[in-house]
Amino acid sequence: MATALAQRFPPPEFTETGHQMPTLTGFPSRALAWDYVDVVVLFVALALAAWLVLRRRSRRGVIALSIFSLLYFGFWRKGCVCSIGSMQNITQALFDSAYAVPLTVLAFGVLPLVFALFFGRVFCAAVCPHGAFQDLMLLRPLHTPTWLEHGLRLLAYVYLGLAAIFAATGGGYIICQYDPFIALFRLSGSLTMILLGVGFLAASLFIGRPYCRFLCPYGVLLGLAAAVARWRPSITPSACTQCSRCEDFCPFNAINISTPKPAPLQPPSPMAQKIRLTVLLLLIPIFVGLGLWLGDAAGAALARKHRVVNLAERVHLETSGTVQGTTEASEAFHAAGTPQEKLFGEAHTLRERYVRAGRLGGIWVGLVVGIKLLTLGFRRKRERYETDAEHCLACARCFEFCPQDQKWKQILAQAPHPVHAADATK
Amino acid sequence: MNRRNFINGVARVAALLGLGGLAARLLQHAQVAHTVWQIDPWKCTYCGKCATECVLELSAVKCVQFYDICGYCDFCTGYFEPQPNKLSTGAENQLCPTGAIVRKFIEDPYYEYTINEPLCIGCAKCVKGCTLFGNGSFHLQIKHDRCVNCNECSIAKACPANAIHRIPSNKPYLFKTREGKPS
Repeated sequence: MATALAQRFPPPEFTETGHQMPTLTGFPSRALAWDYVDVVVLFVALALAAWLVLRRRSRRGVIALSIFSLLYFGFWRKGCVCSIGSMQNITQALFDSAYAVPLTVLAFGVLPLVFALFFGRVFCAAVCPHGAFQDLMLLRPLHTPTWLEHGLRLLAYVYLGLAAIFAATGGGYIICQYDPFIALFRLSGSLTMILLGVGFLAASLFIGRPYCRFLCPYGVLLGLAAAVARWRPSITPSACTQCSRCEDFCPFNAINISTPKPAPLQPPSPMAQKIRLTVLLLLIPIFVGLGLWLGDAAGAALARKHRVVNLAERVHLETSGTVQGTTEASEAFHAAGTPQEKLFGEAHTLRERYVRAGRLGGIWVGLVVGIKLLTLGFRRKRERYETDAEHCLACARCFEFCPQDQKWKQILAQAPHPVHAADATK
Repeated sequence: MNRRNFINGVARVAALLGLGGLAARLLQHAQVAHTVWQIDPWKCTYCGKCATECVLELSAVKCVQFYDICGYCDFCTGYFEPQPNKLSTGAENQLCPTGAIVRKFIEDPYYEYTINEPLCIGCAKCVKGCTLFGNGSFHLQIKHDRCVNCNECSIAKACPANAIHRIPSNKPYLFKTREGKPS
């Protein structure tokens, strides 16, 4: 059904000149071919990154690919859509049946995770333009104290939880809104976002990839996938001499040191270990409960950020006479003539969804904190220096600093047949 | 194979199956492969934010003229200031801050108005004039040769009327028609 004719003035009849109304032209569709090209480039770049890190063990290759990714995905394709943001589209598609995720966005979300399950975080190494930008800026890394490193890493889990809450409830894509580099890729944007981007880049001069390590929500998922990866970079191609150079030079605190021999401290008795394990296990439900309680309150507060809830509150205040005047949004609402009950109903449903999502988010954060403490409480025995699979960004720096690796590369360079460094380890 | 490798292998297979299941579920649901952002001209309240909130230096939003519903008025309320000195093309009489509307005499009393797109900044001043007092043939649309299709449209985020949504990319424009607002 259509409402009454929109026209106040009747369409003209050109009786004298017989003028023909122009037909509408100049309505181009979006060039979609590029979206598919992006997926192909992403796949090739991921495969290349895996080969460069695991087979060639080449830091130079990683740098070259990083520059390409920064230029292509960053400055040429303007950073949209990226894998980090695609998690929100996927989350929204799971919770909102009216939203269907585009195929290319799904590919951007899933491909790096699949690669991480096999080869570790090769996406972070040289494919993600955000990571590449910060990595190429790194001039003089400062050592982050371990306690600070572990504490700050938790921020990314919280950020992931928040982004999921907002995406699932239709409250917007906060990862995209607060993406520090997108304004630089586009060479336009609000002053705040440009300053934020420049700030992150300035920090990257001395802190290795601050966004990747402490904030990136997609990095959390990649880390979890990489923790069980099929192949992972081994720092040395032959015997580890425990020189600790790799650990000293890793800018991301992503190397697990070998267990010192002899042990500097008396190892705790089995009884003490059992008690510690029990305490740490009991702490998990406490953290989860705490998270649930905080998430409940946070959900209600976050709901007010949603446009519908916000508008409903405003309209309610206006009709009850508590506030005078209108906002642009409430004016638009009054002009549209939607019944208030409908708006209030929607706002109520949304608020309930936010509280539910907030509780889930709280449980997630509580679990993460609990499990983090549990894993920090126990150290695995290691024979050699190893990459921390979850947090290693596969930048290939440690190979360069490993004297054994350099020795092998020299020997291989003189070998009659071309051999890959990776083959030498077999 | 040690215990750790076995557990990792199981976790890996589980993760792959999970990702596969997720993809399968979303693909089954996906009816449209692509979406683009567009303004619903019936919801637009011509607030002017389209000109300023777009991430592009010059907004991807442009005014378009739907000749079909235009009244070809001599005193076009989208073209002229509320109380013009004279119904002439003098800059002081025009509503458009960039002079992006071309007024052409056809026959008495009809004039044709055309948007000179490169000059248009998407400020919606003409849309407001035309919609409030005329037929509403001027309205804003996101031009897809300019739009970079951000994952989160920053104009949509700022729009007070919630008039910007994702629509299927095979039908990327929302035009008004003579029949009026669809219910």
